[in-house]
Amino acid sequence: MQRRDFLLYSGAAAGAMALPHDLFARDWSGSITPILTADRKALADTALNAARSAGASYADVRIGRYLRQMVSSRERIITGTMSTESFGAGVRVIANGTWGFAATDTVTPDGIAAVARQAVAIAKANSVLQTEPVQLAPVTPAGEVFWRTPIETNAFEIPIQEKVDLLLEVGATALAGGVTFINSNIACVNEQKYFASTDGSYIDQDVHRIYPSFTVTVVDRAGGGVATRTAMSSPVGMGWEYLSARPSGKVHLPVGTLYNTSYDMLEDVQMAAEHAREKLTARSVEPGSWDLVLDPSHMWLTIHESVGHPLELDRVLGYEANFAGTSFATLDKWESGDFQYGSPIVNFFADKVWPGSLGAVGYDDEGVKCKRWDLVKDGVLVNYQAIRDQVHILGEEESHGCCYADSWSSVQFQRMPNVSLAAGTTPLTPAQMIADVEKGIYILGDGSFSIDQQRYNFQFGGQLFYEIRNGEITGMLKDVAYQANSQEFWNSTAALCDERDFRLGGAFNDGKGQPSQSNAVSHGSPTTRINGVSVLNTARRI
Amino acid sequence: MNFDMTEQQARALLEKLLGMSRADSCQVNIGGGNNGNIRYARNTVSTAGETTNTGIAVTSSFGRRTGSATGNELDDAALERVVRRAEELARLAPESPEWIEPIGPQTYLRTPGYHASTAGITPEFRAQVAADSILPAKDRDCVAAGFLSDSAGWNATMNSNGNFLYDRRTGVDFSLTVRTEDEQGSGYVTRDYNDVSQFNSADTAGIAIEKAVASRVTRAIEPGRYTVILEPTAVSNFLGGILGGFNARTAMEGRSWLSRPGGQTRLGEKVVDERVTLYTDPMHPDVPTAPAGGDGLPRRRMAFIENGVVSALNYDRVWAQREGVEPVPNPGNLIMTGGTGSVEDLIRDTARGVLVTRFWYIRSVDPQTLLVTGLTRDGTFYIENGRIQYAIKNFRFNESPIIMLNNIDAMGTPVRQNGRLLPPIRARDFTFTSLSDAV
Repeated sequence: MQRRDFLLYSGAAAGAMALPHDLFARDWSGSITPILTADRKALADTALNAARSAGASYADVRIGRYLRQMVSSRERIITGTMSTESFGAGVRVIANGTWGFAATDTVTPDGIAAVARQAVAIAKANSVLQTEPVQLAPVTPAGEVFWRTPIETNAFEIPIQEKVDLLLEVGATALAGGVTFINSNIACVNEQKYFASTDGSYIDQDVHRIYPSFTVTVVDRAGGGVATRTAMSSPVGMGWEYLSARPSGKVHLPVGTLYNTSYDMLEDVQMAAEHAREKLTARSVEPGSWDLVLDPSHMWLTIHESVGHPLELDRVLGYEANFAGTSFATLDKWESGDFQYGSPIVNFFADKVWPGSLGAVGYDDEGVKCKRWDLVKDGVLVNYQAIRDQVHILGEEESHGCCYADSWSSVQFQRMPNVSLAAGTTPLTPAQMIADVEKGIYILGDGSFSIDQQRYNFQFGGQLFYEIRNGEITGMLKDVAYQANSQEFWNSTAALCDERDFRLGGAFNDGKGQPSQSNAVSHGSPTTRINGVSVLNTARRI
Repeated sequence: MNFDMTEQQARALLEKLLGMSRADSCQVNIGGGNNGNIRYARNTVSTAGETTNTGIAVTSSFGRRTGSATGNELDDAALERVVRRAEELARLAPESPEWIEPIGPQTYLRTPGYHASTAGITPEFRAQVAADSILPAKDRDCVAAGFLSDSAGWNATMNSNGNFLYDRRTGVDFSLTVRTEDEQGSGYVTRDYNDVSQFNSADTAGIAIEKAVASRVTRAIEPGRYTVILEPTAVSNFLGGILGGFNARTAMEGRSWLSRPGGQTRLGEKVVDERVTLYTDPMHPDVPTAPAGGDGLPRRRMAFIENGVVSALNYDRVWAQREGVEPVPNPGNLIMTGGTGSVEDLIRDTARGVLVTRFWYIRSVDPQTLLVTGLTRDGTFYIENGRIQYAIKNFRFNESPIIMLNNIDAMGTPVRQNGRLLPPIRARDFTFTSLSDAV
């Protein structure tokens, strides 16, 4: 098959170009029709056969089209409308017990076969240094399957005008609320991925993500003070319905409304304007030991850094030593069976299936069906995150299914699944939790974050800080950051709200690997109380 | 699989793209090249690969309405799809009061930076670089984890206002972490070049191995304020992004460390030690860089801090037009003048202090003071009476580069780090706020 032929199926049919603009406008900005599955299967088989003929004992191929759309705004103007598209194929092989990978944007039978042979040549060149031949856990062949993020409305099919109008209204609302500046944007992602392997899997997936966000800034021009507040939205594995502002998707907390499965951007920006103005005159925190009440909009990042990363098996084993780092959660601690990662009420689980989460897919990028598993049970370390070439180290025969590549041109490797802190089993609301705190700080939203390369020592900021005295919220604080050791911190977990308060936060852009790749991941938790944490005052004069 | 595009070929492709445009104004960019890498850990190769790719970006405007689109397929139908998508976005975008017409014809410097030696790197060469780390690391009971990445690429841009630029360069980046087998010591080294023939992989690896062995037994000293000697890698970690904060608009809007009340800025004000000069120079033979900023403005040598005084701010074309000044492109590299001598010379003159190999996970805490937090890593040593006495446990710090640049004691000879040219620095009263157990 010639390249020209399957382009006809890719949304770029030449005939469309002769049509007047308004008839085909939607085709250009909307989702691209994927290449017909039969054509991709033929291409994939070409790559797999070429790899095998060149000496590969295993091969997989990913043909991917990656679409992104971003609309951004500041104050009353739209600063950018951007649509990106990237299409190509990556082939990964094992030859002489060693991995090799090559990728190309020339997705033709000749191009894809050549790149498969190139991957084998690279594997053979590197096998000279090989001391640990790759051991792949078996996988059940998936056959020919299709999976799609269960969205209600494809965000790529929402007209640009609607996104522009929303951001302009967000800007106007913020300015009316007294902010000096506002930057806002909406980012949409669609990964159309076709995976095939010599194990007999042909997996077609259509993955959607969306992230609306903003930052408001208030400048006190006379006094020189500046305060900002970012959106309380989360990046999610949903369609446009995330922006529907449904009441059922909101939560009402002691300091205002926050968001769960549905985001109200206009309501949030109105509150953000008030918060930013209040921050300007907030009291600077007294450094020392405080009990912390951490909202899920804040907690996700602490979980991400101090639980998600240390339990990545490739880090534990040293594969990330030169970039992301290693881990304090070493294999001997896991083998002991009694390493107290957190207090007995702490349970962390990993998953790639939670509805609406960024990690949710049907199959990972090496064809393994996704699932949920425990990482920390009753405070004790019980497992890690591992993929096909790692699980044998844990004595397991089935990959956890958390392999991912951020592009057709990137090699897939172990990436963080959703890692979440399970809700408490005793009924408890955030208001009830706060009522029990004598001297504490209630933190909402994520801010500055930093952690060492083995994930012991961390420091986090936030968006909103409220002082709690004798069970009452007494006012806003600023210049707050807390420092702790991961294990000490989680062992200071004193209370968890129940599942009614369980919410997801997350990031579009978790970095790892060399060349660095970006991964989207969610983290759920209920509001959580951590006792006796060291708080710094971050105010300085220059 | 090598894919190169000459200036002539790039021009032809850009003309074809512009020819497809129905917009009032249009800017087209193409870029591409070959990237290769090898990654190793646990004294064995973990991944390696080669990628060929091309990217196309189109920005179209109808009047003051603008849209952008990108793609990576080069056949006519795919090219036209990108053009049409940008136009569709442009038609739907509202008029922007900050729209500015594409930049007119410019004269660009021919900056150096393309070397056939780097463009010709083979998988076998990469494997040898890995071997040059792994074999000597094993000999010293150490474990090597490293990454070599090489690229040979080109970028070209053309617009409907007659401007054209073609730029081609190569690069190689190497980093290596060596840890002792007992996980008690860790060392690091990083190097980068445009011309790979300058790279001695065996000698470079030796630096990380020595650091790992030397840092195996550590003592804990109390956090607090210390005189520090920052090796060039640590200086690059700490100061690397500083020129990104010289945006005139942000300063005039009152939301930067360079702001003064009432919309004024600190331009002309002495903000750091008078020995500090920070400048950019795309032609510098040690750290050449692209001849144009993102909006097509030609880059020239320019100081942003000269003898401790803020001497320039970065004005994009829109803000320059509004303020009635000449635009100043965003800098492509950071060069800091220093002194003479090596890290060892700085150590020799130090009564008490902490030697920092590198920093890690630096994040902004307060943009108004440039306060950042981060940690030391891969070789932190206590110095007394002009000698390294022992390795120490790592620290977390909370410090502002502006405060550090006011506390400079001495500087050594600048060296290349991550595309920047920076000296080792000795500075007083650097604030370490807690200890880290990490090795």
